Amino acid sequence: MSIETIFDTMDYGTAPEDRGPALQWIKNHGGIAGPYINGKWGPFRDDLTVCNPATGEKLSGMTQTSAKEVAEAVKCARAAQPSWEALGGPARAKVLYAIARIMQKHARLLAVMESLDNGKPIRESRDIDIPLAIRHFYHHAGHAQLMKTALPDRKALGVCGQIIPWNFPLLMLAWKIAPALAMGNTVVLKPAEYTPMTAILFADICSQAEVPPGVVNIITGDGSTGESLVESDVDKIAFTGSTAVGRKIQDSVATNGKSLTLELGGKSPYIVFDDADIDSAIEGLVDAIWFNQGQVCCAGSRLLVHEAIAEDFHSRLKVRMDKLRIGDPLDKSIDVGAIVDPIQLLQIKKLVAANDAGETYHANITVPDGCYYPPTLITGLQPSDTLMQEEIFGPVLVSTTFRTPSEAIEVANNTRYGLAATLWTENINLALEIAPKLVAGVVWVNATNLFDAAAGFGGLRESGFGREGGWEGLQAYTKTTNPSVPAKAVAAFKGTSAGSDPVDRTAKLYIGGKQARPDGGYSQAIYAPKGQFLGHVPIANRKDVRNAVQAQTLCAWGKSSGHLRAQILYYVAENLSARRESFAKRIDEMCGGKAGLEEVKDAIDILFCYAAWADKFEGRAKSVPIRGIALAMREPVGRIAALCPDATPLLGLVAPMAAALATGNTITLCASQPFPLSGTDFYHILETSDVPAGAVNILTGQQSELAAHIGAHMDLDSVWCLSTQEVASSVKEKASSNVKRIWQGAALDDHNSWLDAGTEIKTIWVPYGE
Amino acid sequence: MHISQMEQLSKSIAHLPLTIEPRNVGMKLDLDWALALQANTSAIERRCSSFPGRRSIKKEHQAAWLARSVSCIDLTTLSGDDTAGRVRRICAKARQPVRQDILNRIGLPNLKTGAVCVYHDMVGFAVEALKGTDIPVAAVSTGFPAGLSPLRLRIEEIHESVKAGASEIDIVISRRHVLTQNWQALYDEVAAFRAACGDAHVKAILATGELGSLRNVGRASLICMMAGADFIKTSTGKESINATLPVTLVMLRAIRAYYDRTGFRVGYKPAGGISKAKDAIIYLALVKEELGNRWLRPDLFRFGASSLLGDIERQLEHHLTGAYSANHRHPIG
Repeated sequence: MSIETIFDTMDYGTAPEDRGPALQWIKNHGGIAGPYINGKWGPFRDDLTVCNPATGEKLSGMTQTSAKEVAEAVKCARAAQPSWEALGGPARAKVLYAIARIMQKHARLLAVMESLDNGKPIRESRDIDIPLAIRHFYHHAGHAQLMKTALPDRKALGVCGQIIPWNFPLLMLAWKIAPALAMGNTVVLKPAEYTPMTAILFADICSQAEVPPGVVNIITGDGSTGESLVESDVDKIAFTGSTAVGRKIQDSVATNGKSLTLELGGKSPYIVFDDADIDSAIEGLVDAIWFNQGQVCCAGSRLLVHEAIAEDFHSRLKVRMDKLRIGDPLDKSIDVGAIVDPIQLLQIKKLVAANDAGETYHANITVPDGCYYPPTLITGLQPSDTLMQEEIFGPVLVSTTFRTPSEAIEVANNTRYGLAATLWTENINLALEIAPKLVAGVVWVNATNLFDAAAGFGGLRESGFGREGGWEGLQAYTKTTNPSVPAKAVAAFKGTSAGSDPVDRTAKLYIGGKQARPDGGYSQAIYAPKGQFLGHVPIANRKDVRNAVQAQTLCAWGKSSGHLRAQILYYVAENLSARRESFAKRIDEMCGGKAGLEEVKDAIDILFCYAAWADKFEGRAKSVPIRGIALAMREPVGRIAALCPDATPLLGLVAPMAAALATGNTITLCASQPFPLSGTDFYHILETSDVPAGAVNILTGQQSELAAHIGAHMDLDSVWCLSTQEVASSVKEKASSNVKRIWQGAALDDHNSWLDAGTEIKTIWVPYGE
Repeated sequence: MHISQMEQLSKSIAHLPLTIEPRNVGMKLDLDWALALQANTSAIERRCSSFPGRRSIKKEHQAAWLARSVSCIDLTTLSGDDTAGRVRRICAKARQPVRQDILNRIGLPNLKTGAVCVYHDMVGFAVEALKGTDIPVAAVSTGFPAGLSPLRLRIEEIHESVKAGASEIDIVISRRHVLTQNWQALYDEVAAFRAACGDAHVKAILATGELGSLRNVGRASLICMMAGADFIKTSTGKESINATLPVTLVMLRAIRAYYDRTGFRVGYKPAGGISKAKDAIIYLALVKEELGNRWLRPDLFRFGASSLLGDIERQLEHHLTGAYSANHRHPIG
């Protein structure tokens, strides 16, 4: 085209990034993406094909790593781990630093490879994915350096199996490998079937950085390789991907005690209030739902606009959509690239085709043939429409309206997911009111998709658990140096006689601040060591679990101030202290021995301890490279159920209660199965201590029976399995129904672990500037 | 008419500002609208910092875009030591902004700058020097750059400039009206300047570096357009902060909003601080994204710049030869 013509048309033309060096690298590498195990390559087999989604051309062959080869990789990682950990933080820091430097030197090769393999615009891989991945290694080199002084009570988990998705191949690799290595773990990582290339390139970088053999192992393959890894002898599985697969993994590790973190799907709300900077909010949507073709777990895919501005907003949004440029991902002027694979494209098409609600608008632009999908907006949907609930994982934005801030929160939180949320308003009061109320692990105020290595990222609800990035991310790759002694089962004493008190006393369940008879109408007798009858306790069933959780949902304990929570815990301690002799006597009667008084004292101490913590377990303000703040808020996990240990019937009940209440949670306690009467006595203390109805519920009966119902209950956020392994297993087997957090306790003096278990980090990003 | 003549005509129309577009007649002051405008600084800065990475214009396209930039330059001299000679030299450069051999080779032999911009006292010399061309003369009137002389004198200065032959008047607004939020006064002032200009076009200089916030920039932009500005312009070039991308984005969005509401296209002129060919392309791309191709013409877009042209000349020669050029190979203006 002549300059004269362009002078008139003012077209952009094309600006293709050279693909030559990346293709040459693949060729030099033998044309196969194969495993890197123990510092060695291979075996290379042409089992599977890796394609460039933009053209459909084969990029490379790929080895389907077999179960045996996976086991070999894990074995090598296991062998390498002790010396890698023993190397010490400062020495590991130098290796991580070297990785970061070498990545930086090959930044463009990594970016081009990523775009070739995934189909994302080169602008994104070059300006976002690769720099963030590099930053992650720099940041975690620092964590390795500081581990000994900053985290004296933590040590490496061991061998970590890591499975990452195809949407941010190198960035997700960095999020997984950097913290694991920093903390002294070794890793076996499986990149996604569609996108192994940058992981292979990364393995090459590891060898250049002289990472010791076996510390980083990469295995290629499809889901079956991933399954082999999940079933292998690793200490931890870290998974990022779909909720469906995450659930399978949670089921799979339920019985074998592996640590688990899951970063899953989302349907994140994008809320625009009427006083927002509308044009900026619209521009934000480009970075929310049309970033990476919408294939982003935290994509702002659910637009909630104030009804008063909705019409104007949508019409301006459509104008903006028509300006998006879709096409060759390697063109430097492209906004929207290729969908990762024809299967994914088909999935997007199916979901959109199945929808007959609202109005669908496709951007009025020419969509190239092949694996492309136009930026799409569907307006006029309601929460009851499928596309408002189901993740599309494509460039499709769905929209509804709201009238008031409280309705915005209600609609925003009406989802099974809880990954991220965005809100736009110029009113700081509104922003800071709404942000904490959104059920999401990350909230962006007047911005979207901000990420940094220093800030935690991760979800709530069915978006998974665990955080990546920052200090909180290190929790997922370390364990305490002060482990708890696993609780042992204690058999209840048997007996025959009846009638212990002059007047019969009826112990009840304690639900919603009231004593309640068990739904099933059954009770069981409790006997002393020598067989005397001590009393009856109710046998709770699934309906009682339901009622208890229902009472938790109605309790606003999470909104109370730390000061108030402290005062109530002190009051509980005060009232327990006033009756310490009778509680001590009860313990001694039930359990035998004379340790009762000591246990009551310990219970009072622990109440004091968590009362002290209630207004002091604080979040952080993160040092992120923007003009603004990223607040890591410690929010209550929410609704917890605890299966209390058999032994120490009072302390085992009071400790989880105090930790949960101090951190703002409500809790249903399943009292010690053999010695439940301390639990039923304890509700008298609660009744006189201003504990709000529903904040604490106490159930008695068969834990093995209750465990399955608790595990399956969709409205419980976390279960603390503090009794036997069998009970824990039956909780875990059901826990994936809503991707529940399962925690198996910590030493009683390891207060930080208890407080951590009671809280989740929510990162609130607030850029500012006038 | 012969086809080549038609082409010639349409080409000259491309250089001829103000011939097709209906003039903005302004509207009643709508404060509800203006005050509802929000500008979130950090979001706007993020958009602007990522934008240059989102558009890349290469090879022939780059050369064409640079030529387009030349056609949109208000070649400017605004110094206390300006003389008739100085003005004649800059006018000569406006007529022949790039070496003729380069222009011939890129197929745009008649390329001219958008206008010449001078102080009132220099208008006559410029008009004289540009005789026989269609290059307009713009005058910075109204007590430039502070705009703090008596209103009566500022209006009189416009009359004088128009009489001297300026067809565009770059007026400066009273920043104090924005800072004290006396929006009615701002509206009245710009409306009075507009009336004084008659057929000459009004380019309203906001002096954005002195308005305190992007929100003020956006609101002042809307109000100047309501008062009938044909162009809104960032700066005098004399403030410590002149044209920036964030300010540009806010002003372009205001222009779009005004067009959506009224159907009138108002022009945009970033001034001061744009000295690199690469920056010029980024500005054009941002205008293209936010407003569309129609605004990439000298009747709706100008660069207020003096040193920008030199960098573009070197880039154009580089495009033709593949070798980096040198300053002394290009005639000064």
